[in-house]
Amino acid sequence: MSTETLFRRIADYASRADPYPLYAELREHGAVRQDDGSYLVGTYDEIAALLHDPRISSDRRRRTVPDALGPGQDDVPPAFIGLDDPEHDRLRRLAMRPFGPPHSPGRVDALRGEITRIAGELADGFADGKRIDVVDDFAYPLPVTVICRLLGVPSEDEPRFRTWSDSIVAGFDATPDEDPEQRLRSATEARRAMALYLGELAESRRGHPTGDMLSALVNDEGPEGSLNPIELMTTSVLLLIAGHETTVNLITNGVLTLLRHPDALARLRDDPALMPQAVEELLRYEPPVQMLPQRTPLADIEVSGVTIPQGAPLILVLASGNRDPLRFAEPDRFDITRPDNQHLGFGSGIHSCFGAPLARLETQIALTTLLPRLGDLRLVEDPPPYRTNQVLRGPRHLLVEAAG
Amino acid sequence: MPAEPRSDGRIVIVGASLAGLRAAETLRDEGFRGELTLVGEEPHPPYDRPPLTKQVLLGRVRADDVGLPRRRAVEAHWKLGVRASGLDPDGKKVLLANGEHLPFDRLLIATGTRARPWPDADAARLDGVFTVRTRDDASRLAERFDAGPRRVLVIGAGFTGSEIASVCRERGIEVTVAERGPAPLVGALGGALGTFAARLQRAHGVDLRCGVTVTALKGDGGRLTGAEFSDGSRIDADVAVIALGAVRNTEWLADSGLAAGPRGVACDAGCRAFDMYGIVTDDIFVAGDVARFPHPLFEYQMLSLEHWGNAVAQAEVAAHNMISAGPHRRPHLAVPVFWSSQFGLNIKSVGVPTFSDQVVLAQGSPEEGRLVAVYGYRGRVTAAVSVNRAKWLEHYRRMIETAAPFPPGPGAADGPEPAAPVPSDVPDPKVLSHGPTVALTGHLPDRRLTLVRPGG
Repeated sequence: MSTETLFRRIADYASRADPYPLYAELREHGAVRQDDGSYLVGTYDEIAALLHDPRISSDRRRRTVPDALGPGQDDVPPAFIGLDDPEHDRLRRLAMRPFGPPHSPGRVDALRGEITRIAGELADGFADGKRIDVVDDFAYPLPVTVICRLLGVPSEDEPRFRTWSDSIVAGFDATPDEDPEQRLRSATEARRAMALYLGELAESRRGHPTGDMLSALVNDEGPEGSLNPIELMTTSVLLLIAGHETTVNLITNGVLTLLRHPDALARLRDDPALMPQAVEELLRYEPPVQMLPQRTPLADIEVSGVTIPQGAPLILVLASGNRDPLRFAEPDRFDITRPDNQHLGFGSGIHSCFGAPLARLETQIALTTLLPRLGDLRLVEDPPPYRTNQVLRGPRHLLVEAAG
Repeated sequence: MPAEPRSDGRIVIVGASLAGLRAAETLRDEGFRGELTLVGEEPHPPYDRPPLTKQVLLGRVRADDVGLPRRRAVEAHWKLGVRASGLDPDGKKVLLANGEHLPFDRLLIATGTRARPWPDADAARLDGVFTVRTRDDASRLAERFDAGPRRVLVIGAGFTGSEIASVCRERGIEVTVAERGPAPLVGALGGALGTFAARLQRAHGVDLRCGVTVTALKGDGGRLTGAEFSDGSRIDADVAVIALGAVRNTEWLADSGLAAGPRGVACDAGCRAFDMYGIVTDDIFVAGDVARFPHPLFEYQMLSLEHWGNAVAQAEVAAHNMISAGPHRRPHLAVPVFWSSQFGLNIKSVGVPTFSDQVVLAQGSPEEGRLVAVYGYRGRVTAAVSVNRAKWLEHYRRMIETAAPFPPGPGAADGPEPAAPVPSDVPDPKVLSHGPTVALTGHLPDRRLTLVRPGG
């Protein structure tokens, strides 16, 4: 088949459970032009180079070739994930002040006890002898509860922002051959609604801080000032969605992968100290963010002998780079003690995952909590039903039941 | 006869700091089962030096809390607090200052450097005169800073001197910096960034005096009271920190027949030491600050680096090669990297900025306090230096490794337009007070003669 249709085939829902053969095809061809004028890159070295290349923009507004998402109709500016330096750098640093080093070095680690407690309570709620949906009963509520607590969002509002979040995420689910207008309109509306909701919430904490990140973002003044109201809204929408839509897939992929690899599961049960390494391997083997769809070269750039023209949509397929045999020995093997595992699961360079320390901690604790139970469970369906999204890929449900 | 891997026998490592420790760990990691001995002049187990001029002097970390994390157990004999005094290459023995002889089958030389002392030995003994190389040095100076000196004089504005000046300002201590060259850091970064560094220091309240030397340190009753400068001026100071660069610890090798001298111990790309005739030895290896090695990216000139990352990478290669048969040996080709934090900025360098004729601002701006400057030599990229922009350096490392054309093309999202290259203004090291932490030392491995002119 023509490589010009590779993205279409990856996006096809039928590929969702196992896109890896398509990624192998992608890697064989280096940088691949699609029939809509966009380019895919799936080899490790080339992705790593592009992630550090200052001529690669993350701002979709700098595209000159239209992409599957259509022209931006959004009047709300992008959050820092969709901006370039120096704006990106300023906003990200302001957002980092209440979250990580150098200003808040202990913030994530301080959540350890609470995450462990929440994970334990969710696991205790599994009814004996009954089917469990790992997604709805565990992997979704855990990170959502944590991000709500961290940001200071009341968890009783969860149904409201779950709807918004679904629409927003569907908005950058770039499926070719489909009229995106309706999807994009509801994404824009949802993003605006969520921005207003979080903006009001933050505003209500002005002068009345409650120890959470929204309070810090609205009240703390650093040497470079603070976020303006629009920046506060776009930033908190980004944090809430990112904390919402990614770790759930990492935890679920972890359970699925361990149940598929009983040898690795047995090893972890013998030696739970291997968990941090196992989570890194999981980030390589089944990364929750499969690709970065919104990069754009600001000059003509040569990648693997192909010139990618300035302004063309550029899609970096991280999950493919993670399986590149030129970088990882036996890349399709799940090896929890893999040495030198510098995967692309969190991206790399200036946009490398903001929430990575939290995602790591949550997943390590989540899987450690489930370890004692996993040996007695089996998958009801394999593969499980997946979400439609090919960018944020993961099972929609993961039914497990007592083995035997 | 096929070459066999050499996982048995006796290995001695002279130098028990970063390079020595990482080499020992790599040896065990890669299956060395023989007898391993580490010799260290200092009484302390291996510790990390970068924090000494930063967190330790700031009083945030105690000097005895900077031990290096261990990657694994090394099962070695540790001979700490003993100096190596000689090497008998025929008898394959290291001679120790306590009279002991240590026989070896293979030897790793990782003796590093020490602080260059103030040339006037009497003045150097005055109470209040310090150098900073060891944790004991840093501990004593931190105590003195705690006591609240009225003014500190820092002699030499290389990275060490500049970091110490930064600490002083952060602690609210008045500080004068004296540098014989035209600006701070010019020895490592050239003129353009040197000008930036000078503005930075002055903006932070440093009394920066460039183009002058300290002609005398004055004392009264054995205590430092002040200093006189070559321009006729004088200051009162109760603490002086001598930051004139480093001296390589090679004196113990003077009669060894090795190519060892003030610029280090010459070795090949596989870390094997050269003898004084330029013939490579087979059982003596070198790693870390004391090594002088050829680098293909810099026209195979011999490089001497005082960089943390180089000590680690070179130690790993040396250890691997010590126990590997010929065809399985690896070259040490890592691109040099170093960093510094001072005056609230993170400065990081990749490549060799002094191996350049031009420099261009590639990203950000000095006004913003965030930038990347890219260095070129005869039309190719040879180095890049970032200020609070370290995450981009990976890109420039690739450019250096592939000899990408200089200046880099346009298109950086935060690039200034248009960016024009200017001369990189790398001074002759002889005109500086501070020693460069990267030195290009020519092509000949057996050059043992070096003109040393102490600053001042």
